[in-house]
Amino acid sequence: MAEFALPANSKIGVGETYKAAAGTKNIKTFKVYRWTPDDGKNPSVDTYEVDMDTCGPMVLDALIKIKNEIDSSLTFRRSCREGVCGSCAMNIDGTNTLACTKFISEMKGDIKIYPLPHMPVVRDLVPDLNVPYAQLASIEPWMKSSTQPPTRERLQSPEERAKLDGLWECILCFCCTTSCPSYWWSGERYLGPAVLLQAYRWIADSRDDAIGERLDQLEDPFRLYRCHTIMNCTKTCPKGLNPAKAIAEIKKMMVERTI
Amino acid sequence: MSVANRPVHRPLSPHLQIYKPQLTSTLSILHRATGIALSVGALYLATWVIYAAASPKAYALFQSFNMSIAGRIVLGGWLFCAFYHLCNGIRHLFWDAGYGFELKDAYRSGWIVVAVSLIATVVSWVVGLRLV
Repeated sequence: MAEFALPANSKIGVGETYKAAAGTKNIKTFKVYRWTPDDGKNPSVDTYEVDMDTCGPMVLDALIKIKNEIDSSLTFRRSCREGVCGSCAMNIDGTNTLACTKFISEMKGDIKIYPLPHMPVVRDLVPDLNVPYAQLASIEPWMKSSTQPPTRERLQSPEERAKLDGLWECILCFCCTTSCPSYWWSGERYLGPAVLLQAYRWIADSRDDAIGERLDQLEDPFRLYRCHTIMNCTKTCPKGLNPAKAIAEIKKMMVERTI
Repeated sequence: MSVANRPVHRPLSPHLQIYKPQLTSTLSILHRATGIALSVGALYLATWVIYAAASPKAYALFQSFNMSIAGRIVLGGWLFCAFYHLCNGIRHLFWDAGYGFELKDAYRSGWIVVAVSLIATVVSWVVGLRLV
């Protein structure tokens, strides 16, 4: 059953405020979710005033500046800083996106930053993604061929290859999965948009011979059919992909193979 | 047990509390809410028929509630629920057939559903009252 309120240990309190130095002209305020396993306290939101005259343009620039200059205990994941690794996925200004490709100037007022929604928190902005990773493994995201490997590449026609566009670009940041209310309420059993898009990426691949097996595995009231076409996934995807459409294609194939 | 190995009771990150309402999710939850309202409203309509079958006096009593402000809100609300659920149901049929998944199409169809169900509610309300 869906639990709409936060558990007692997850209720968010008011945290510290870190003022900018006197005389700072161009200030932007960042309100950042904090939690550490070390002190037994509930999560809180800390407020940081950042001097934008000495800060880069992206939200990730501000987070790195806060960590370097204001509060070194602030914890978050980041790596490529150009939207290809998916590490810095978080909830910024109410929707999920990558901190490294989100312009600070796009947002008015104070910028609120939380970890990806409805996930166990490891620390601060770092969510525990073990469940989605296990779900990804469950769809066996690799090519399964029934033929002997050829001496060179397995060839595809340009048309066959084009079917993978909009699928292969997924960086597995899980912005979509954690934006999905259906995943919030049934995340242990529903695979979620990111993993289903990956499943379709292999189903749609002309070199893969395991379509039947893959569809059998998804034919389940929860794994696939908890998708109610809410479309928060497509709305929030920082790479502009369309998980909702990929899921719909799987549902169509489920129908087509029975008629 | 060392501090490092102690099991941690991790908090759940906030979700509904912080996620900005999206047109996509708002229309989706409205579809479910109107579906529930229609089921409850069906009981209301059944009660209406029971009163009509009971006696002219009982029917007049029910009818007087229908024509009160509260009764009009109930009936008008039910009417909107019926039209919204119908229109959004048709939108879902298009999705099930694989159409309308581009974000701009989903937004356009969403706003069309809202507009059509509002217009249909007002029109049928006005026409309905004329016929009474």
